[in-house]
Parts: sequence; C-alpha cells; structure tokens
Amino acid sequence: MKVTLHVWRQAGPADRGRFARYDVADVSPDMSFLEVLDVLNQQLIARREEPIAFDHDCREGICGSCGMVINGRPHGPERATTVCQLHMRTFPDGAELWIEPWRARAFPVIKDLVVDRAAFDRLIQAGGFITARTGSAPEANSIPVPKRDADLAMDAAACIGCGACVAACPNASAMLFVAAKASHLGLLPQGQPERSSRVVNMVAQMDAEGFGACTNHGECMAACPKEISIDFIARLNRDYLKAVIRRPW
Amino acid sequence: MELRAKIPSGPLADKWERHRSEIKLVNPANKLKHEIIVVGSGLAGASAAASLAELGYRVSCFCFQDSPRRAHSIAAQGGINAAKNYQNDGDSVFRLFYDTIKGGDFRAREANVYRLAQVSASIIDQCVAQGVPFAREYGGMLANRSFGGVQVSRTFYARGQTGQQLLLGAYQALSRQIGLGKVTMHPRAEMLDVVVVDGRARGIIVRDLVSGAVSAHAADAVVLATGGYANVYYLSTNAKGCNVTAIWRAHKRGAAFANPGFTQIHPTCIPVTGHHQAKLTLMSESLRNDGRIWVPKAPGDTRAPGDIPESERDYYLERLYPSYGNLAPRDIASRRAKEVCDEGRGVGPGGNGVYLEFRDAIARLGRPVIAERYGNLFEMYERITAEDPFERPMRIFPAPHYTMGGLWVDYNLMTTVDGLYAIGEANFSDHGANRLGASALMQGLADGYFILPYTIGDYLAQMKLDRLDTAHPAFRQAEADTGERVRRLLAVNGRKSVDAFHRELGRIMWDRCGMSRNGAGLTAAIEQVCGLREEFWRDVYVGGKGEDLNQALEHAGRVADFLEFAELMCHDALQREESCGCHFREEYQTPEGEAQRDDARFSYVAAWEYAGAGRAPVLHPEPLAFETVHLVQRSYK
Repeated sequence: MKVTLHVWRQAGPADRGRFARYDVADVSPDMSFLEVLDVLNQQLIARREEPIAFDHDCREGICGSCGMVINGRPHGPERATTVCQLHMRTFPDGAELWIEPWRARAFPVIKDLVVDRAAFDRLIQAGGFITARTGSAPEANSIPVPKRDADLAMDAAACIGCGACVAACPNASAMLFVAAKASHLGLLPQGQPERSSRVVNMVAQMDAEGFGACTNHGECMAACPKEISIDFIARLNRDYLKAVIRRPW
Repeated sequence: MELRAKIPSGPLADKWERHRSEIKLVNPANKLKHEIIVVGSGLAGASAAASLAELGYRVSCFCFQDSPRRAHSIAAQGGINAAKNYQNDGDSVFRLFYDTIKGGDFRAREANVYRLAQVSASIIDQCVAQGVPFAREYGGMLANRSFGGVQVSRTFYARGQTGQQLLLGAYQALSRQIGLGKVTMHPRAEMLDVVVVDGRARGIIVRDLVSGAVSAHAADAVVLATGGYANVYYLSTNAKGCNVTAIWRAHKRGAAFANPGFTQIHPTCIPVTGHHQAKLTLMSESLRNDGRIWVPKAPGDTRAPGDIPESERDYYLERLYPSYGNLAPRDIASRRAKEVCDEGRGVGPGGNGVYLEFRDAIARLGRPVIAERYGNLFEMYERITAEDPFERPMRIFPAPHYTMGGLWVDYNLMTTVDGLYAIGEANFSDHGANRLGASALMQGLADGYFILPYTIGDYLAQMKLDRLDTAHPAFRQAEADTGERVRRLLAVNGRKSVDAFHRELGRIMWDRCGMSRNGAGLTAAIEQVCGLREEFWRDVYVGGKGEDLNQALEHAGRVADFLEFAELMCHDALQREESCGCHFREEYQTPEGEAQRDDARFSYVAAWEYAGAGRAPVLHPEPLAFETVHLVQRSYK
C-alpha cells in the first residue's frame, strides 16, 4: 500500500515549524506505524535530508516513549493502542495522514515530534510515591489487600506516562495522569498515611507546571492507550476535597 | 589482570550474613561527603540510586531515555521469583538457589546465587510496601504462578506488566529522592566513557542527547546499571535504545568482560513478518503455564491448525521432557523449536514458527479464567498479527532476549576497576549459561536494593578521599577523546546508513553466534565482523550535526561499539569447546541432542581483558568451585 504523510518538522524550540509532505510506497499492512517512519527516515537519509526525530524505545506499548497525533488523534485511530503498536492495516491504501507532536504548554517541542515531558516526572516527585525506605518493609503478606482493591489499583497503575491524555484534552490538563497515580496508591492500605498530602501536592504541582483544569470532556480516556477510566478523576476530586477540608493532616 | 572474587569463607548459608556484618561502614556524616554516579535507571539502577540516597550519599543518576521511568525493565511481563513458599509446595531458599544454579547449567558462582535466593523474599516485602499492585487471591494474600525450569509456584506477578509495576515502584522511590534534592537526575544523557584516575573509577563522560554537549562528571564511585547487549543481533526483544556502549567503554578502560557469548534466546516471541521489521515482540513465558506447544508431525503440513487431528500433532516438549513438559527451561525450549523448524515442520509464513495453543486450557478452565490470566498478552498478539489466540493457536519463534554475560564482578559487585560497579543485567554474576524466567527482575532488584548499598560502603570507607574535580587532566583528556569520536563518526560521510550496518551485523551474529554455534562458523564470523567494522569506518553516513538532537548519531555510536564487541562475543563462544545452557556448540552434544558440558576443562567463568585495538583479547579463567551442589547433566525429562 501507499500512504501520504504530512509530518510536523520543527528544527528546535525557537523554530516556528511547518508540515512537510512525504509519499511512502511499498508499505506492508503488517508494518507498525513507527516502522513506516523508519522506512521514511532511511529514504530521507539516502537523499541526505534530515530524518524525522521521534521518541520511541520498547515498541511494545509499555515504555510510554512514543506518542504523536495522527489526524488529530493522539496515538492514531485504533482503540487502546500506542502508536508503536498501531499497524498499517488500520488505514486504507492511499491514506493521507497528518502527524503532529503532543501540543501542550507543559510539553514544549524539542524537535520535530519530540516533546519535553519532564513535567510528568516532577508531578511524581511532588508526591506520586509511598515513602518506604529500603529495608523497612514488613512481611509482604502481613497486610492483606482485598483482590477487588488490588485489581482496581492495578487498573490505575497501568498508566504508561505517555502524555496522550494531555494531548487529547482541550485544556491540556494532566488530571487523568495525576488521578491514575493518586488512585493507584490511594486504593492500597500502604498508601493511606500520605493519601491527603499526595493529592494536594500533586495538584499544586500540576497547576505550577501550566497544565489546564479538567472540565470533564472525557477526551483523555478516549485517547488513553491503557484505557484508564475517568472514574479515577472523580476519586482524585473526592480525595482532594476531603484533604483540603481536613487540613492540616 | 588479577581476578579476586572475594567470596567469603564459611558455610554457604552464612556467607552473606557474615560478610554483611564484617564489611566496613561509612558513618552517616561521611556519607554526605561521598558522591556516587549511577548510570541507568532500570530496576537495578533506580533501586540502587534510591537506596543509596536514602542512606545519605549524594547521587547523580543518568539515563538516555527522556524519563527514568522508561528504562527497558518496564517491558518485563511475566513475574519475579522469590522463595516465600506461600504456596506451601516445598519451596525454600535452597531450592531457589539450586534451580537457578542448575538452570544456568552450573556456570554461575554458588555464593552469589545463594545470596540472590536469600534476599529474594525481602524484595517482595519492599515492593509491596511501595505499593506494587501484585496479583492477589480473594482472601487478600499474594498470588503466585509457575515459570519454566522449576516445579514450584514462586513467581509473583502484576498481570502481564510485572516489570512495569516493579520499575514504577523503584522509579517512585527514586523520584522521592529527586524531589528531596538527594539525587540529581540527568535524563536524555548517554554515558560515553568512564574516567579512571590512578586505577580507580572517578567519573564519566556524558553526551547530552538534546544539545549534543559533552560533559565530565566526577564521583567517588561509579555504578553501571546499563542493561544487556541483545541488540547486537539487531532484531531482539530489547528496546531499540538498549546498547553495549557503557559496559564496552568500561571494558576498554580495564573492566574484564565475562562470558560475553552467553546470550538468551527466548522461545516465545512473535515470528518475524517482513524485512521492514524493527524489533521482535516477546510473549511472556507465563503463557507456557497453560499453553501447549506443538507442530504437525509431518513436514510441509500446511493445513489450518484446527484441521490437524490430535494424532497428527507432535507436542514435542511434552514428548521429550515429560516431567517439565511445556515448562522446560528457555534454552531447551528454543533449541527444540529451531530443530523442528529445521526439519520442515515449522508453521506460518516461511515455516519459522511453532504453535502455542490454549484450546485445552480454555476447555478446562473456561474462557474468563484464561482472559484474566493472559488477556493483555492475547490482545497484544492480536494487535500485531491480526489473529485471535482464543480462536487460533499463537505462532511463536525464538528471539534474542537477555544476556547472561556482562562485566565481571566480584562478590561485592565491583568490576576489575576499583570503584567501578556493575549491577543488574550489565554484570555476569548470577545466571550462568542460562537464566530462568522471572529471575532477571529478582536479580536487578537484589543488586540495587539489598546488595550494592552495603558493599559499596566497604569500598568508600577504606578509600582515602582525595578531592578531585573535572579539571583533572584525565577528565579533560577523556572529554576531548569523546568529542573527537563524535566528530569522526560524522566525518566519514560515506554511503551506507547506520541502520544498514546494524542489520548486517545482526544477521552475522544470528547465523553464526546465535542459538547454535560451531567452530568454523565462529571463525568466519570474526573475520566478517572485522570486515564490516572496517567498512563502517570507511563508508558509514550519519548526517546532521553533533550539537543537536541527532538520533542517527546516537545509533552510530552504539553500532560502532557493537561492531567491536561482537568480535569478543565470537571469541568467547569459540574458546568454550563445550555446550552449556544457551551456548550450544554443535560439535558437543549428547546423543539425544542435549548440551554436553565438559566440566574438567570449562568449569570456569571466562573473563576477558581488553588488550588494545587490533590485538586479540586475553582470557582469564575464574575457576568455579562447587562446594554444595553436585554437577550433573541437566535433566528435565
């Protein structure tokens, strides 16, 4: 099959950026979308043009490195699929695709499709953890965790930190990311001592990073490659409300 | 070069406890004065950096990914072993130790492996305390499953994302220390050299992958947690960025490289579909708990799997290994898959696959149970192949996955360069010639949480601290060398892309130094690799600038190192004139086609010393002393 790609090219943060058109022939339906970019990059290199910069690593949909917007949708059209696991059989022959980086104030573009997502790391640093020094842990089975809670915590913990939720949100909010971490840890007995400080600190950091507010569009859940539910945002809001009323903890 | 393994004396079971009580401690005030560099932020690196910072050391951590959370440990699926005996099925520290030593075909150190089994239980405690959402039973207790090469159920798991959850636990502990200002994190930074001053590792040279700036960083000790080198094969289950550069540069600065030829080819991966393919995808070994592996009895049978009656199927693992069946260790399962495919009985396009079928398990347990156990793996398989494993058996084939070889380390995890440590997959220490499933996560976290934080203190306590900064001539020199190398890569300006060289190298290594090897092939491979390396430096085209985010340049540096390293790998496979674990030399096999060890000649760790460019590497054997276990021919029949 053949595809036409309009790829966002931006030499650096100071560059204005523009779309460049590339036609790629001999695409196999079994190729992943990133493999098409690989092939295109090899062609660009052969023509002595600059290859397209994009983040990628595991190519199994778990590291969260890759991410780009395809025809307006983060990670492309396939449900619950990162762009590295998106296969060309999803698209019709002759498809015309517009490829852009995540666009959000908190994720500045570094080059082409590569953005800086360090704000996510700072959100975790602000409180997305359980304080448990190495060596201080009690026997693992001394605290039973109901299977229902453990499973729900795992649903939230499945977040890969790719940033698609932010890219999909009209407000560029990081609520789904923060809610997933706060819920993962807040659902477990081990996470209770810091439950209130965690949500308050993470929300404060989220505002400081320039992420927008949540206005319940639900775009984040639709774009999330791990299908993390916005129910967790409700949980975060409830925990946040309780925490600010109860302050100090 | 002198190899001193520093194994403590005394009974096996007491060695670690005694050693821990006897090693020197650094007092809390002095810990604040010590700077430690940790390179890599996977399970080993993140857990070590967090634990060292908790102890009070000043830590700098480097990773090439944009965030420490993306290290390749994240992709581990199946689980982590621990000798908890929660299933009451007779597990014990000794059994985990014995399974691991035997699984590694008796090519690992007893003392290291025993220690690994001893600390395994603490790892689970630690991870649960951090909030790792392991699978649980209805009563709230932790659940377990079985993995290959063992007969107990000792594997803890978090769906098919155990590596992700364990890494997030370590990453969160690390993030907490970053937030507290105890760890300085350097993401998108690639280590390109180790700086050695007066025989001690005192820092590293790093290239900032965004700006291209090369900088020097000084410390009192350097810890390499930079993973394995399976990408030498080009196609592997490793992430695209995984590379040998850090440990190879350390090797060139004096760190011995042990058993580089021991590479694990994992039996259950999705077969290659086309020449565009950039990487291979693993299907967790846990699938072999309930899946049955088979091929048609007759070569060239192209009927759909559902049309092949029971009597015309060969469940070859169950036939050959009745007591372990589909849970035979990885090296054996891989080799047997290759064998049936070589006989023309492979299935799928090109005949490079075998079936892994869940029909019987679905009939026995019901679809919901199977969906709960393996749902995400089935989805991943369907996404890639467009086939539904509930309806049609999976097709799988072996692929490079893990490397048991790595930097040689002593019992304290220190390399042959003082103050330079290697942990996790980057060292060679615990898996011998074959790693058992769910043991990599165990080893990475054992090294990072519970071993290195103690043993590094022993070195620092005895070290006379001479303040050293990056103005020292050794740093200036290493920095200049690194910058020069980057310029050289760009200056070749030839005709062939970096990727083309990498693919070619991968083809040579897969054919000659892969699942089975022979003397003539390895000799030829050494020549081919040298030729390709020469061509690389004559004809590679990188493009772009050094002072920019330049992914082709990153790749070029890594491939240049793979091209040097691959030669050592072949030398190692060539000198070991026996078969053991993953290392299958066609000349040395039993009549049943099993690996034929030669304990009289090869019961050693092959540690290699770098002898300079264009010179043959020098072999230093470290004899393996087995005081507790008896060496037997591994049998899973």
